[in-house]
Amino acid sequence: MKVNKFFIGGMLILGAVVFLIWNAAQSTQEFFMTIDELNAKGASVVDKNLRLSGAVIGDTIQYDAQTLTLTFEAAHVPGDQAALETEGGLAQALHEAVMDPSRARMTIVYVGPKPDLLRNEAQAIVTGKLGADGVFYANELLLKCPTKYEEAVPEQAGK
Amino acid sequence: MIAELGFGVLALTFLTTLYSVFAAVYGEYSKSPALVESARRAMLLTWPLLTLTAGILIYLLVNNRFEVQFVYEVTSRSMPTYLKVTAWWGGQAGSLLFWSWLMSAFASLVTLRKWDRDRELLPWVIVVAGVTMAFFIGMNLFFENPFAQIYRTFDGIAAYTFQPANSILFTAEDGRGLNPLLRHPGMVIHPPMLYLGFVSFVIPYAFAMAALITGRTDDRWIRLTRRWALWAWLFLTCGLVLGGRWAYDVLGWGGYWGWDPVEIAAFMPWLTGTAFLHSVMIQEKRGSFKRWNMLLVILTYDLVIFGTFLTRSGVLSSVHAFAQSAIGPLFFGFIGLTLITSVALIFYRWDALGSETEMTSFLSREALFLFNNLLFISILIVCFWGVIYPLVSELFTGQKVTVGPPFYERATGPIFAGLLFLMGIAPLSAWGHSTMKTLGRALWKPTILAVVITVIIFLAYTRNPYALIGFFLVAFTILVTFYEYGRGIFARMRSQGENFPAAFWNLTGRNRRRYGGYIVHLSIMLMAIGILGIELFQVETQGTIAVGDSLQLSGYTIKYKEVASWDDFPSGVNYTRAVVEVYDKDGDLLGSLHPRKDYYFDAQQNMTIPGQLASMKDEVYVLLIDWKPINPDGATFKIFVNPLVNWLWLGSLVFIVGILIAAWPDRDPEPVMVREGKSLTQTSAAD
Repeated sequence: MKVNKFFIGGMLILGAVVFLIWNAAQSTQEFFMTIDELNAKGASVVDKNLRLSGAVIGDTIQYDAQTLTLTFEAAHVPGDQAALETEGGLAQALHEAVMDPSRARMTIVYVGPKPDLLRNEAQAIVTGKLGADGVFYANELLLKCPTKYEEAVPEQAGK
Repeated sequence: MIAELGFGVLALTFLTTLYSVFAAVYGEYSKSPALVESARRAMLLTWPLLTLTAGILIYLLVNNRFEVQFVYEVTSRSMPTYLKVTAWWGGQAGSLLFWSWLMSAFASLVTLRKWDRDRELLPWVIVVAGVTMAFFIGMNLFFENPFAQIYRTFDGIAAYTFQPANSILFTAEDGRGLNPLLRHPGMVIHPPMLYLGFVSFVIPYAFAMAALITGRTDDRWIRLTRRWALWAWLFLTCGLVLGGRWAYDVLGWGGYWGWDPVEIAAFMPWLTGTAFLHSVMIQEKRGSFKRWNMLLVILTYDLVIFGTFLTRSGVLSSVHAFAQSAIGPLFFGFIGLTLITSVALIFYRWDALGSETEMTSFLSREALFLFNNLLFISILIVCFWGVIYPLVSELFTGQKVTVGPPFYERATGPIFAGLLFLMGIAPLSAWGHSTMKTLGRALWKPTILAVVITVIIFLAYTRNPYALIGFFLVAFTILVTFYEYGRGIFARMRSQGENFPAAFWNLTGRNRRRYGGYIVHLSIMLMAIGILGIELFQVETQGTIAVGDSLQLSGYTIKYKEVASWDDFPSGVNYTRAVVEVYDKDGDLLGSLHPRKDYYFDAQQNMTIPGQLASMKDEVYVLLIDWKPINPDGATFKIFVNPLVNWLWLGSLVFIVGILIAAWPDRDPEPVMVREGKSLTQTSAAD
């Protein structure tokens, strides 16, 4: 009987944890997509939490320091690791994505400080929502520059 | 030539480690003390050998030997010498070597101790430490050679361990240099601290495995490694806090913890380690939880290996990349193998690990410790789930779904609150049996006071329910801890006739583990104050203003005075520094801040250094975002006011004091522990 008491207690805690995870995941989960996938889904994902990855096109970076509004275009890079490998690794895939004018592109708008790592051929991972106007409004912007440093380059977070 | 020498010494160390493992096993089976002694000496030899290897690597780093790939990747001519030395752990190959070097130092320390009473554990401790070390050295030797040199062949330029045919050595003019973000004092000591914590947790694991293998499943292994675990915990915590402080000072987003996979990877062993430190006390006092403790130490060990892999492998953007990196499968193989072997050993000794006492009361100390353990494991589950969620979701739904910081905050928030509450009541409960009545008697005074404080906060400061719950729990636990401490002090003052400081000193000194633990609890409360402050009440503003203009935030006026920009060619940096003045509500000048933007030529990268005006009340944190070189009148600033954040850093200092009190070696010989309760007369079999 005594074991049961603690067993029930433990089960209750476990149940509570499962509920917490489920509850938190429901409201905060982000759908990870590539630009191609996003274009294919289009209007059906407007207003959902999305996480998008793409290659930064350097020429399109615009920053309005008055309003701290950052606008840039990102080109499609495959999300699948195997597909990245066939393109010769992340750095090469990013390079090709930027050079290839036929790649799908997405305009991304982010308000905040301009991240130090934002540059041509960096990988941008943005979190936010797709607007009805087809522009991606990011509330978080992470950047990775695989060409430079292989080790734990801290991803710069912007909030 | 020197690089080849380094590789040679590394290979020699690998063989020595393997010899040590085999000699220990064979010596044990053939009952040959001489062979075990030989294994011990071989283990002692690994540290000088690895020190030599590391010395060679440092020589190459300091002398700009860019023909060596690792040197080329992590240093550049413009870096100061101390950064070149610390670039040792600035990349994967060097980090692995650093890990092995620390491991060998600890293994040597352990083998140097007096083994008279625990002779039978020795060979197995050597085996576990040796296998772990051999794994890491092997990684260096076969996959991530820090001494690989760059050769030009007909196919192009690439790094090789051995010179390929028809090739010439290729020496770059300058190295790529360490990422500027990592050229920071916090980043210089943060990785070693974390690694010290990681590696020291291997020792308790080694003793646990030795205990399982030899069948000495009493708590001898726990007693022997208690201090190791405490030191490991200290280093790991310092490593985590320093990492947070570095992020706060360098990354310029006004935060210190972003729940990214690297941070979580370092946090997970901390969670199991903390649970372990608590639950070993139940085993010592009550003789129960033996299997659980074994499981915790095994989990900690494997999470340490996992953390080492994750923090330095550069596979973080995608969980899928784990399997792609050359050393990924090996790491997972090693983790799987050690996990299965260790857990199998627990089953093998299942009966011997049975509990000596039975838990009866929900409010007994051991039951509360059990809840504490469950809560730590719950946080671990949340973290682990968050990391693997993308994989799981893709597997089942085909859609990759990720979770970010809000997920972790929501899911762990209530669990952390539960932990704070337990921290308050657990020290007052008794081993074996406690009732609501006895607990209530001890708790009612602090509870009433905490309610009063919460009401004051409600009336004067905030109506945020999360903040009120949080501050209530913090106030409650601080008061209970003070109350408990005070009762001990006053009892001493009465009975021994000591004055307050003497009573305080002696009380803490006589039972350092208990009172050191209280100080650690208090420090966690201080940290909680800081975390509640910045998480719930951080405010920010941003704007572009001309010289002489100001921005207002949270009662502060931030006035832009001037900006200057200059090149520092020897260091390869362009500095842009603004001067801003901070005034309070009454217009009094509080101080001048100098937010900076540094541009590193070699890395073509900016680094944004905030200007910080710190007080215990809050911190004004000013970032220089942008300024126009042609028209220096306008500059863009982003400003945070982070309430109470400095309590977080203060708490971490108090934390160190608490751990030092609890972990400092005793002058007296180890006291013989007598268990309370049913096994009152039983002392540990080993003594």
